[in-house]
Formats: sequence, C-alpha cells, structure tokens
Amino acid sequence: MALQIEDPRVVEFDVQTDEMLVNMGPQHPSTHGVLRLLLRTDGEIVHECTPHIGYLHRCAEKIGENLSPPQYIPYTDRMDYLAAMNMNLGFALTIEKLIGMEVPEKAVHLRVFIAELGRVASHLVAMGTYGLDLGTFSPFLYAFREREIILEFFEEICGARLTYSYLTVGGATHDLPEEIMIPDGLASLTGRPPGEMMPFFDCVELFLKWIEKRISEYHTLLTRNAIFIKRTAGMGILTPEMAVSYGCTGPVLRGSGVDYDLRRDGEAIYTRMYQGYSFEIPVAPFAKVAPCEVVLGDNWCRFYVRMMEVVQAIRLVRQSMPKYKAATGSHREAFKMNTKLPKDEVYLETEAPRGQMGFYVVGNGDAAPLRVRAKSSCFCNLSITDLICRGVPLADIPAIVGSLDIVMGEIDR
Amino acid sequence: MEIQAIHSILLERFGSEAVGDGPRAAIDPWIQVSPDSIVAVGRFLRDEPRLKFDHLNDLCGVDYFEPDAKKAPKFGHEPHVEVVYQLSSVSLKHRLKLKVSIPRWKDNVAGQLPSVPSVSSVWGIADWHEREAYDLMGIHFEGHPNLRRILCPEDWTGHALRKDYEFPLEYHGIRGR
Repeated sequence: MALQIEDPRVVEFDVQTDEMLVNMGPQHPSTHGVLRLLLRTDGEIVHECTPHIGYLHRCAEKIGENLSPPQYIPYTDRMDYLAAMNMNLGFALTIEKLIGMEVPEKAVHLRVFIAELGRVASHLVAMGTYGLDLGTFSPFLYAFREREIILEFFEEICGARLTYSYLTVGGATHDLPEEIMIPDGLASLTGRPPGEMMPFFDCVELFLKWIEKRISEYHTLLTRNAIFIKRTAGMGILTPEMAVSYGCTGPVLRGSGVDYDLRRDGEAIYTRMYQGYSFEIPVAPFAKVAPCEVVLGDNWCRFYVRMMEVVQAIRLVRQSMPKYKAATGSHREAFKMNTKLPKDEVYLETEAPRGQMGFYVVGNGDAAPLRVRAKSSCFCNLSITDLICRGVPLADIPAIVGSLDIVMGEIDR
Repeated sequence: MEIQAIHSILLERFGSEAVGDGPRAAIDPWIQVSPDSIVAVGRFLRDEPRLKFDHLNDLCGVDYFEPDAKKAPKFGHEPHVEVVYQLSSVSLKHRLKLKVSIPRWKDNVAGQLPSVPSVSSVWGIADWHEREAYDLMGIHFEGHPNLRRILCPEDWTGHALRKDYEFPLEYHGIRGR
C-alpha cells in the first residue's frame, strides 16, 4: 500500500487501492489503429477511459507549408486512408475555393460518382470491422468481398487501390475509362465469364445491382441479429447536446438525432456538386425499424445510419452516371504547379464518410501555403470516448469505440 | 444570418474594443475578437437564440512569421500568432469565423508561451483542439482543465508548427537531425 501512495505516477491518475489501470495499448486488434486507451477499472467496470493519440502523427500540417497544392494531395490520401477519395476531394475543393476556380460540369459529376462510391467502400469497412470487434467474422469477409470490387474499379480508374491521389485541384487526374475488364470478384459472383471486357458504367451498374440485393442479407447478419442488438443497443448513448458540443459529425451526430449533413447544409461550393441529385439523409431515431431495446444515440443507431447511407450512396452513384455521360467539358481544369496562391485564407468542410473533414488553407502569395490545417472528423468523434464509456463493462469498450468508426491516420495526421 | 448582422449584434453587446469596428473582408470574412473577451463572446454566440453557434468546427493556431531574414521584408504580416475559431450552428445553419491575435512570445521573451483564455467551458471539443494548439503551436490556454501535449510525446521539447522551430538534436538517444 505504501508503494501506491508514494509512486507519483499512480497518484497522478488518482487510482484508488481497489482500482486497476488497464492499458488497451496502441497495439490492439480492436482499437482501429494505433490508439491507446487507458482504462481505470474497478474489476470489470470502467470508471474512466482516457484516449492517448499521436502514435501515427506524421506532421502532415507542417509538410503542407512546403508543397504546392497538387503535391499535397497524396498527403491527404494518407489521412483517412479508408476514404482517401473523399479526403482528396475536400482538399481540392478548399484550394478551388481559395483561388476561385470552377471545375467543368463533367468533373463535378465525376466527383460525385467517385465520392459516393468511396463512401460505400468506407462504410463497408466500418460494418465489417465492427462485426469483427464484436467477434463475428463473416460480415467482415462479405464486406471486403464487395469492397474488393470497388477497389478494382478504382484501380482501373487511377491505378491505385488505397491511396489514390485521384481527385485533384481542377477535377480529376484522369478521365473515367471507356471499357474495362470485369473484376474477377464481380465475374464469379454474377456468373459472367472472367476476363470479359465491358463498358465501365455497365460494369458499375452490375455491381450496384449485386450489392443492393446483398444489403438486406447484411441486415440479417448484423442489424437484426439478437446477439448484435444485445451488444450494441442501449449502449454508448450520446445525447444530441453532447454530440454537438463535442464537435461530433457525420454518422455519430446523425445517430444522435441531429439532422445535419453538409451535402445539403454545407457551403455553396460543396452543395452545388449535389444539386440536381435526389437523396435522403438517414437520421436516428428509426422509429419503425429499430428494435425496442434501441435508445437514441446508442451504438446501434450509429451503425444503422451507416447502413442506410450505403443505400443512399448507391442511389447517388446511379444518378451520377447518366449525368456524367451527358455532361460536356473536360474532366480537369488545368492548374499549374507553381500557381501563386492569393494572400487570403479559406476554410471548407466536406462530408466525408466518417464526419465533417475540414481544411483551412492560408495563402501568402507563394505556390506553397503559409498554413495548412486539416481538421479531422474522427479527432472530434474520439473526444467523447471518456464520456460515453463510463460505467460499462470492459468488454463493451471495443463495441463503443468501434461504433465511432475512427481511423487513426486522420486523427493523428 | 450575414456576418454584418452578426457583428452588429456583437458590437451592441460587447463594444468595438472587444469585437472590432466591422468584419474583416476576405473570401471567408471574420470578426477580430480581443483575447480577454473571447470566452464571453463565445458563450454569447452559443446561447443567443438568434445566433446559436453551438458547434465549434475548428480551433487552430497560425504562426505569421518568416524565419528567413532575407525574405522577411516581403512577408507582408507583422510577426504574431492568430488563434482561429470556426463556428457553425446546426439548427440555424449559418457559419462564423473569429480570430484572436496574440504576440508570438509572451512579453517578447522567446520561449515564454503567449496566452489566451480557454473556451473549453463553452464548447466541449475545445478541450482537445486547444491541447493540440498548445502542443504544436505553443499557445497557452488559461483555464484549460488538462493542458498537456496530445500528439507529441509528453516529454517532447519545442512546438513543431512554429516557423522558427528546430527539430531536436536527439530524443532518448535517437538522433534527430
């Protein structure tokens, strides 16, 4: 007992003699990256949960001060690497707002197509890894099977599967291909001959028809599964006031019942991308479909918002294809690498799959900005961990943290 | 609500010494707020029914300084640090930007961190954003409940995003530069 009173490290954490400090260390399969959760527990009940971050800090903001915007796009890829297309889009739009550039119509529809397909891919990872955190392996494999097809599409478009650097200042680096070889996964799932050459949009339409049917299967696997409901409903409850005060955005905010989505409520340069598209914004509570144990703002609501967003994203992709085909112009407005940025500053937030990703760029007359600030949606979403993890058993911590859907690359930058 | 109207409401309540004579023109216009009144202004912006800026989108620091003496004359800004607050309202769907200007070093003594009152009592997320601004930009937030480094290790020296930051020579035996 004398050791615990005199040891300053223990005193600092105010650990009572019957409490334990459990470290859910940076290397952990369930913490979605290098996140360290320091838990002060009384047996199995968690009294305090302190996240420690910074294990993936790569000084992206400092690097931005030395690079011109097109050179910085690959760094935005590596922030939220599971939704890299949306990161690229956010930064590209911010620079376009700064220099007052308007992209051609074709590029606008191309960007909607890419961003929403990226949203589907990102939410599939969220669904799969959330199931994995709770102990079920099959949804993970199904999710990655569908995601594999999307990644093969992206590979045909820009050559990369994870860090695309595709959407850039002025539009996109390459135009969409005319004809591609059908992805192997899609061929075997839909019974087409492997190696068949198909027009690109027909291939995407085939994939969308496939995944639409499968969404209802995933609902039976996870959403309506009694064990899943027991482990997620009524847990990790986040009130709307707390969500707004703590800067939570995206599915975390909409899962708490706050109807706010930047594709509808954001700045003009971003909302005009989605003008002419019809889509809904899923917001909790889901009165008619939610099981009776579900409470507004719990894990289940956040998860269900993501599932519904996949359905809406598929709708948007479907609408964007004919608009792209009918649009005139080029896929890219030229932007010279050494273009001097104006002596002005802008801040722009876009609706990334995990929340509102903001970029703040201060230009000072050079090609490289004076300051690049990346405001991460997951950084704000993670800040509520302590508040919603109090009083729960240790085994529920991965369930709660997993429902926030965090990516450490974005938090630490 | 337009920024001119928001500024009129603030001017009426706090006076021009706190919120300036008018919004500063830019692509994203902003209101310059004095450091002493930022907490009161923030709380008013959050609670006033016409404004309801309940969402702090971002809080960051910007270091206006040119370390290269040859380029300094053409820099165009007086050396100082700005703390930028991006606000929005989820109910009224409008946005606002506030800026607080502080000296680069307290009393111009290099190494002494300038200070600004903390708004963590107004918006909960300010807690973490201010920790990051302290960690990377070296801004001391008075009244912050837990001002420790968040991204860098606890025993790191220096504030990385400052323009005159020099990477340490070594850290726990690992060569720095």
